[in-house]
Amino acid sequence: MFLDELKIFYRHGRQYVPDVTAVGLTPLFRGRPVICRGITPEEVSRVVELCPVKAILLSPFRIDLGKCVFCKECHFALPEKIIFSNDYKIASNIRENLIITEGDDHLIQLDPEKVRKEIRSIFKHALKLRQVSAGGDNSVEMELNAAGNVNFDMGRYGIEFVASPRHADGIVITGPITQNMAAALQICYDAIPDPKVIILAGTDAISGGIFKDSTALNREFLQSHHIDLYVPGNPPHPLTFINGVLEMIGRKQ
Amino acid sequence: MDRNYIVLTTNPGKVTLADVPVLDYAFFQSVVDDLLANPSNHCLAYYAIPFPDYYKFICCIGCDETHSIAVFCHHLPLKTGNELDSLTIRHFPLHVFEREIHEQYGIGFSGHPWLKPVRFPTGSSEMDRYPFYAIESEELHEVGVGPIHAGIIEPGYFRFICNGEKVLHLEIQLGYQHRGIERLFVEKKHLLQKAVLAENICGDTAVGHTLCHVGLIEVLGEITSADGLFLERNIALELERIAIHIGDTAALCTDIAYQFGQVVNEALRTIVINTMQCWCGNRFGKGLIRPGGSYYPLTSEISQTISINLKEVLERYLQITSRIFSMPSVLSRFEGTGKLSSKQAALLGAVGMVARSSGISRDIRWSHPLPGMDHVESSPVILHKGDVWSRAMMRKIEVEKAVSRINQMLGQLTGDYHQVPSYDIVLQPSSLAISLTEGWRGEICHTAITDEKGQIMHYKIKDPSFHNWMALALAVRDQEISDFPLCNKSFNLSYCGNDI
Ligand code: SF4
Repeated sequence: MFLDELKIFYRHGRQYVPDVTAVGLTPLFRGRPVICRGITPEEVSRVVELCPVKAILLSPFRIDLGKCVFCKECHFALPEKIIFSNDYKIASNIRENLIITEGDDHLIQLDPEKVRKEIRSIFKHALKLRQVSAGGDNSVEMELNAAGNVNFDMGRYGIEFVASPRHADGIVITGPITQNMAAALQICYDAIPDPKVIILAGTDAISGGIFKDSTALNREFLQSHHIDLYVPGNPPHPLTFINGVLEMIGRKQ
Repeated sequence: MDRNYIVLTTNPGKVTLADVPVLDYAFFQSVVDDLLANPSNHCLAYYAIPFPDYYKFICCIGCDETHSIAVFCHHLPLKTGNELDSLTIRHFPLHVFEREIHEQYGIGFSGHPWLKPVRFPTGSSEMDRYPFYAIESEELHEVGVGPIHAGIIEPGYFRFICNGEKVLHLEIQLGYQHRGIERLFVEKKHLLQKAVLAENICGDTAVGHTLCHVGLIEVLGEITSADGLFLERNIALELERIAIHIGDTAALCTDIAYQFGQVVNEALRTIVINTMQCWCGNRFGKGLIRPGGSYYPLTSEISQTISINLKEVLERYLQITSRIFSMPSVLSRFEGTGKLSSKQAALLGAVGMVARSSGISRDIRWSHPLPGMDHVESSPVILHKGDVWSRAMMRKIEVEKAVSRINQMLGQLTGDYHQVPSYDIVLQPSSLAISLTEGWRGEICHTAITDEKGQIMHYKIKDPSFHNWMALALAVRDQEISDFPLCNKSFNLSYCGNDI
């Protein structure tokens, strides 16, 4: 019996990712796009028409990762001009920083000046989060769970998901925020003691994603609250989430 | 064509809407009675569509033995205060279809024993007004949990009536996840938008739902694809099944505090979803399945990665599961807990893994195989006890079978074709199409109707959870309330799939 377990343990080996800031994901991973200059008007109209969520903005040509569902179809339409890198560090505290402009090839940044002071002074070594799924499709939820698993082990930084909002320092919202969850979301948020952070995880939460035009949504909560971190992706990779949070709390410069 | 119904012999299948026999309701009921008298038939879809002056009620009944689908309908004038005799009294699996129709259009079903809300499509002001069953008693107490739960999990509300520590009754209120997807399928015209919608219906079943959806589009567009494409899609479907089943094995271990089982399985699931990512850049297979083709051909290199990784995963999974299923402390929590008898499962019209764990042979891969799957082994796995143990064991056996199915399919790939997606497929006008897929939870059913211009004018989605939530509610009766998380996990139903 015990021997069996030892054997399993041996094959299980070391699972955790030693450095979450420097993982080489598969080249096919759809991370931060790079857009070449010189997309012709014909090409522009082709991809604008194609993009399922109107994530492409014009003059100059830009892709808004807060809206993008990372389908990569714009790349397949213009394979030489729009390229998705496997850079997974795409979270920011500034909504506009999620917009990639043609010709840009720099990392997506958090603006440390704009991170609320108390976040770094209080939560730097321990941040407990309450997750609320408000129409999330369960892929984002599964990736957030994975952020705490044996591989990504977010707990090593003192970042954890907790059961009660009373024990939490902030809220992570997933999903486009349905009308039917709007009240519960507000109640949960109100139950968290101050100071508290708000993180939007996934394209659906940031912009409504493919559900943006649905009448079954109620996104008013977002209009009346300051968002501390936007984590794009469909769903966001656990590493995107962890790196974003680490940067927000000032654990990584 | 039979005069009572039209028979579709393929999955996905299509008919001209005008060819679907319109029966009067009394006769409609007797046809349903006749068809459902055969236990190998079951109702795949029953829903209403408003036309300018009537509602069209479409009924699709699947026959497992003949691998076919019977389609027929009845009409009801469009006026308020409409009421029909409920079919639920005679065919309980229809309860949820009638509830859905009632909730959408206010049509009454006289004699329906449980005409309760399904998902509150009309908005949050009603969420507080769910008509919970209550028992007046000094001895009993109620426990309410949700909609937000203690974990990273979707919302739903559970109301228990307990006798001491034992659950007497559980009622589940859903709808918090309602995003109005069916309407979006009509409003969003571009086929890429529809495909992206399909993969976000239920992100844990992105492959299953998208596969079901593209089948519908392709049959409506009368497109025939290469067998290789079908094989690739089904490989993805089985890969999804393996990943989730292993993840569920981990989660079942978590719920009984067997941490070793949890972490080992978590790590194995990671390998599987990373294999998916290596194939298509997304751990859930989003972006992989598209109408008409794929941008991610299964190259020989990726095929090899898949088979190497699966070999490793399976070996280790069998090691850990043989440990799990031989530990007395695990077995004492799994065995006899959360029992869903075969009679209950049949009565409810349970589908998928849950039904198969309760002795019911229901598996779309076997009963209504997808094109290109003729030479792939598909006999369903059946277990009989219907308890947590059976549902856990079901996962273990299905993982083994899915790996062998994938290997079989990889062997059949010739790799000599490549079709890219096509978003300008012209859909046949005035048609009805139905598509079925056996996702990891069970039977997924999408149906669509096109208008005279070939635009989708109505879209219907059915996730297996739509049937199985009620099965969970029954399975926890007479159980310790503390076993609820374990029972719940063993079903692992979808909230967003139900709420759509
Ligand atoms: S990858 Fe993003 S920007 Fe490109 S088409 Fe898809 S949603 Fe639009």
